[in-house]
Amino acid sequence: MTIDIGKLTIKKAAEHLKNGDFSAVDLASAYLENIKQKNGEIFAYLEVFDDVLEQAKHADEMLATGKGTTMTGIPLAIKDNMLITGKESTSASKILKGHIGTYDATVIKKLRDEGAVFLGRANMDEFAMGASTETSAYGKTKNPIDTSRVPGGSSGGAAAAVAGEMALAALGSDTGGSIRQPAAFCGIVGMKPTYGAVSRFGLMAMASSLDQIGPLARTVEDAEIVFNAIRGYDKNDSTSMPDTLLLEREVKKGLRIGVPRDFLSMEGLDKRVLENFNGKLEDLKKKGYEIVDVSLPYLKYALATYYIIMPAEASSNLARFDGVRYGLSVKGNDVSDSYKKTRAQGFGEEVRRRILLGTYVLSAGYADAFYNKAIQAQKIIRKDFERIFKEVDLVATPTTPSPAFKFGEKTDDPVQMYLADIFTVSANIAGLPGISVPSGFVSEGGKELPLGFQLMSPHFCESMLFRAALDAELLKQ
Amino acid sequence: MISQQDIKDLAELARIEVKEEDLESVRAKMDGVLQYVSEVQQITATDTDILFVPALHNVLREDVEAEMSGIHTEGILKNTPEKDGGYVKVRKIL
Repeated sequence: MTIDIGKLTIKKAAEHLKNGDFSAVDLASAYLENIKQKNGEIFAYLEVFDDVLEQAKHADEMLATGKGTTMTGIPLAIKDNMLITGKESTSASKILKGHIGTYDATVIKKLRDEGAVFLGRANMDEFAMGASTETSAYGKTKNPIDTSRVPGGSSGGAAAAVAGEMALAALGSDTGGSIRQPAAFCGIVGMKPTYGAVSRFGLMAMASSLDQIGPLARTVEDAEIVFNAIRGYDKNDSTSMPDTLLLEREVKKGLRIGVPRDFLSMEGLDKRVLENFNGKLEDLKKKGYEIVDVSLPYLKYALATYYIIMPAEASSNLARFDGVRYGLSVKGNDVSDSYKKTRAQGFGEEVRRRILLGTYVLSAGYADAFYNKAIQAQKIIRKDFERIFKEVDLVATPTTPSPAFKFGEKTDDPVQMYLADIFTVSANIAGLPGISVPSGFVSEGGKELPLGFQLMSPHFCESMLFRAALDAELLKQ
Repeated sequence: MISQQDIKDLAELARIEVKEEDLESVRAKMDGVLQYVSEVQQITATDTDILFVPALHNVLREDVEAEMSGIHTEGILKNTPEKDGGYVKVRKIL
């Protein structure tokens, strides 16, 4: 049969592969062809792998011998900060140009064991620092919905690959919204699991107490399939949690969704976004959900808290890039000068800024006023959520304060760029799972720009989160 | 407000060269971010369990060979900018 990739989902593709309607090689070829047509303009991929068809052949063998799973033969885009044996991985940074992975990240190994097909490595903000993919050292990714706009970030290439039908799904990483925000901007589903649910072994660390790997997909169902394929305990990640915590929990009818109204009255929230959000809540009410206002008074400090903790950890994590063991190496007068020149030339402006910022907030004399205060704020925010989750099952917000913005619109003012994460960071600060589902569109300049609806749940309640997300997704605006 | 001298000191600590002509733009943008994140200072916590900032500690695996000796040597050395035989070459420190 002819493959209509515009209508495919993982679920449907897996059925077709199982029934022999088409092979994994046919499927991979269809995606390679579409990538060839589109990637020149969209630039979702930094590199398309040269062994895609070999991988697909292997998947076909698995299917033929009855060893296939739902993920077998499914073509995926992988964010450029996850290691794949023998493949380049650069975190879209010049400092890692030519760096070759010496082992598979745990998430890659799990998917490889199931016979998933890795199409290529997706563009991103350099070291995942950004909300527009404009900080990539290798070029800008365009939003497939409107090419004058950013795809969001930092997993912008992954989101554009899925939205542009250049992959069935993708793996991204989310430290402050880097999966959910680009998913919202590109009109797809993006999910950040509970901290500790998915191993980060083989993911280049940005802020270790916040980073999580998660799926970007076309449907909630697909996102759940990928999540279930990558989750699980891993001894190689010391923050990995036992599988027993992730066991299916009973999902009751008539869930209560809390809405932090006071937080939504903030300045800078696009009126159309709020209207769209309220419409979605009304629809959910009709579906039997109870919607109540909740007060999360410290949520307004979440973004400031995030922009202290994240650079603090990043400044320490990125100390390893010194030009000695891998990547760019610039020779200076002595060892210290070599480090300074390598790091000045290898890192882009945003990365350098966050390292300096992190160094500042941790330095003697300022740690009490910044880092220690942020840790206190984090604890208060976590307590706020714990209290709220005694009253409600889920918390809902818009995913972003506006639809996708234009290139260059926020690049000169870092704080404006950081504000794009205002609704997503709190899930990372509190370690909660969060998901963004498409929530209709706003018209601008003759284009229909997608918006996202975000749900968050208590730790390890992913099954409930997906169930509610499915209901939110099915309701048309 | 953060000063140009502060930027110089931070650059030294972080081992990142900042050119003299870039100092002011780096300072100005970083100052904007610091003004914004200073919001956290408005929080006045009184609970002792919130005020307590735990001493962080490293989680280390046991000091044994985690993998078969030598299986990654070739791959790791391929990524090394300067090597000598099976060694990573470094600049003179002392």
